[in-house]
Amino acid sequence: MIRLEDLTKDYGSFRAVDHVTLHVPRGALYGFLGPNGAGKTTTLRMIAGILRPTTGRVLIGGDDVIAQPLAAKARLGFIPDRPFVYEKLTGAEFLRFVAGLYGQDGQLVERRVDELMEIFELSAWKNELVESYSHGMRQKLIISSALIHRPEVIVVDEPMVGLDPRAARLLKDLFRGFVSRGGTVLMSTHTLEIAEALCDRIAIIQGGKIVAAGTMAELRTQTASGDIGLEDLFLRLTGGAAAKELAAVLEDGR
Amino acid sequence: MHVLQPKWRTALTRARQERASGGTGKAVTLAIVGLLFWAAVFGVLFRVLRYFRDVREIGALLAGKLLSLTLLSFVSVLLLSNVITALSSFFLAKDLDLLVSSPVDQARIYLAKLGETLLHSSWMVALMAVPIFTAYAVVYHGGLLFPLVAAGSFLPFLVLPAVLGSAATLILVNVFPARRTRDLLSIIALAAAAGVILLFRIIRPEQLARPEGFRNLLDFITVLRAPASPLLPSDWVTKAVMGYLGGKMDWLPLYLLWSTAGAALVLGAWLHGRLYHTGFTRAQEGAERFVRGGVWGRALGNLLKPLGAARREFILKDLKLFFRDTTQWSQLILLGALLLVYVFNIRALPLFRGEQVPFYLVSVVSFLNLGLAGFVLASIAARFIFPAVSLEGRQMWLLRSSPLELRALLWSKYWVGTIPLLVLALAITILTNVILKATPFMMAVGVGTIILLTLAISALALAFGALYPQFETENAAQIPTSFGGLVFMMATVALLAVVIVIESAPVYRYLHAAVNQEPLTISPLMVGAFLLVIAVCVTATVVPLRIALRRIEQFEF
Repeated sequence: MIRLEDLTKDYGSFRAVDHVTLHVPRGALYGFLGPNGAGKTTTLRMIAGILRPTTGRVLIGGDDVIAQPLAAKARLGFIPDRPFVYEKLTGAEFLRFVAGLYGQDGQLVERRVDELMEIFELSAWKNELVESYSHGMRQKLIISSALIHRPEVIVVDEPMVGLDPRAARLLKDLFRGFVSRGGTVLMSTHTLEIAEALCDRIAIIQGGKIVAAGTMAELRTQTASGDIGLEDLFLRLTGGAAAKELAAVLEDGR
Repeated sequence: MHVLQPKWRTALTRARQERASGGTGKAVTLAIVGLLFWAAVFGVLFRVLRYFRDVREIGALLAGKLLSLTLLSFVSVLLLSNVITALSSFFLAKDLDLLVSSPVDQARIYLAKLGETLLHSSWMVALMAVPIFTAYAVVYHGGLLFPLVAAGSFLPFLVLPAVLGSAATLILVNVFPARRTRDLLSIIALAAAAGVILLFRIIRPEQLARPEGFRNLLDFITVLRAPASPLLPSDWVTKAVMGYLGGKMDWLPLYLLWSTAGAALVLGAWLHGRLYHTGFTRAQEGAERFVRGGVWGRALGNLLKPLGAARREFILKDLKLFFRDTTQWSQLILLGALLLVYVFNIRALPLFRGEQVPFYLVSVVSFLNLGLAGFVLASIAARFIFPAVSLEGRQMWLLRSSPLELRALLWSKYWVGTIPLLVLALAITILTNVILKATPFMMAVGVGTIILLTLAISALALAFGALYPQFETENAAQIPTSFGGLVFMMATVALLAVVIVIESAPVYRYLHAAVNQEPLTISPLMVGAFLLVIAVCVTATVVPLRIALRRIEQFEF
């Protein structure tokens, strides 16, 4: 459903994403992991069509995001890591606006707005300006906006940040339900427990390159790690030395 | 200084980055424009002051009055500017959480933030003062010590409005929560409009321009001698400066300036200590919950149905954001005041007093009025259309990840800005031409040209806004004062000049025929000139829009 072909992104002389090739099959919940600055957000933003790749291409459902942007983006719901929304719109107005961007309006959209705000417990805030929303409420609103047009693919960057445990649980159920109905999710997260419990497949990126990809079992085989958890696997692949050094520094400081 | 260190270090790094990324051209443009502006101010004032100097008895009085009036207008600008700047630097700035939570003395925070407010709100006035004082120094032979006297009196003059402005903001924020700036800025905007009118009343400039209107010379001199108010710091600066230039240095005004500034600082710090904490706490709450525009939104939504869901929702969104953002709509109040002054000035032209004024003079005024109207429209476009692209910055993730065509985005932005501008352009052109009793030919030329100019000015504003975006600015009112805003204004002035020069040929033909009472023949030159104006304006509309589209396509976030 999502295909990244030799994707590269340079910022001046710095290469943020380095010849990444990845296939996310339809109906999969795919985890995209990596340390800070590894290139996760840049990759996801290229998939969403916000950044243009330096080389390579992104295909969504067979449509090239750069060559056929309208067809590709119509299938997509994107949830960014930072919830910047129009502060002076109400929650319902924002959702209506997003539906409009996808060419949808009328009673169907109104019903969908009510439905999503109900699910995310925002109904009481439906007609309040977004500027009065908390961080978590904004995050819920953005998640709703990504679902308003019934996308086939959801690309989500750090979905759990700012969500309370109830909403986090709701989101997990929602993603699993979405995938079970044939939808596809590509999700970047630092919460390894969630990735391990939720994702069918996982890719780990470091220094702009994919260092491992597959199911948990495949990752263990690739790294010859035996029966270890995702956290140990992640540290092994991305270098756990930094964490040990940090602990040492903190010890010295006492 | 330590508190402000991150700010000036950021400024230094930004300047270094600018230089590294080939920003020299920008610096040179700014320097040239700045120097030209200085030269113009100096040139005009130099001539006026030289004329005053040669007027016996009252020459020095006139020069002093002029300085006093200029400084008085500075005081009002500075007060307003400080009130607005203090709101963001004392209450809404991003570094406040860190500063307030740090073990930093309240007085240090006050002084640092006051310094920041003063710098941001007063730099333009300070730069403006340089050619003014220079002209006084040159005409009245100020000598080497004059810069010291001027700076010594001007510095406390800048401190006073900064202290008063931030104190006013501090009190207002304690009454209204800062984030509900609607109330606050409405007050500020209304106060500004009232200030302008008040200033006009205090100055009574028409009396100074017509000394014959006074019963005798004594009355005239009395008006000149009378200070605007002996309690205003502008009068103290005038007395200090004019006293020095007249060879009779009066130290009292300098004492008054410095002691008042010192006392104001102490009182300001005391007030800050008393009220800042509650004000800052209030600034964190009170996001607006009252939503306006529901009925209008629905009515307009039905009206815009034929445009399709994407464009309709985009236009509705832009309109809602505009009328719900106080920093944007409050500018309409000032705009209204300025337009009133504009129409009033046209009315006040001494064209229809006493003897019959030749019709060609009226026609020339009506024609040149096009340039003035164009300039007014450009200033409005700089305020309302230029920031349009910048304001989408933080939400661009949404627009770019959705299947919205960027052409549709640009189209919506263009027409949302252009239609009100066009209505305004037609209103002021028709109104002023009716006041001037312009002929049907001049009316037709005026209306046709202003329509073409408005379409081009909107496109230029949008394009320069896209070429010089300010995605990080939270206050829409600050966007037009950027470098891009300056370049836009320069480009628009150039366009106005080109159009007026081209049209002057057929207008001259028309006036020539009318004065000689010959029938007007439509010559190829006339047709060619009007066609050329159409071509210039259409090009100035289409090319910038294409450039803007290409630029928006290249944006990366």
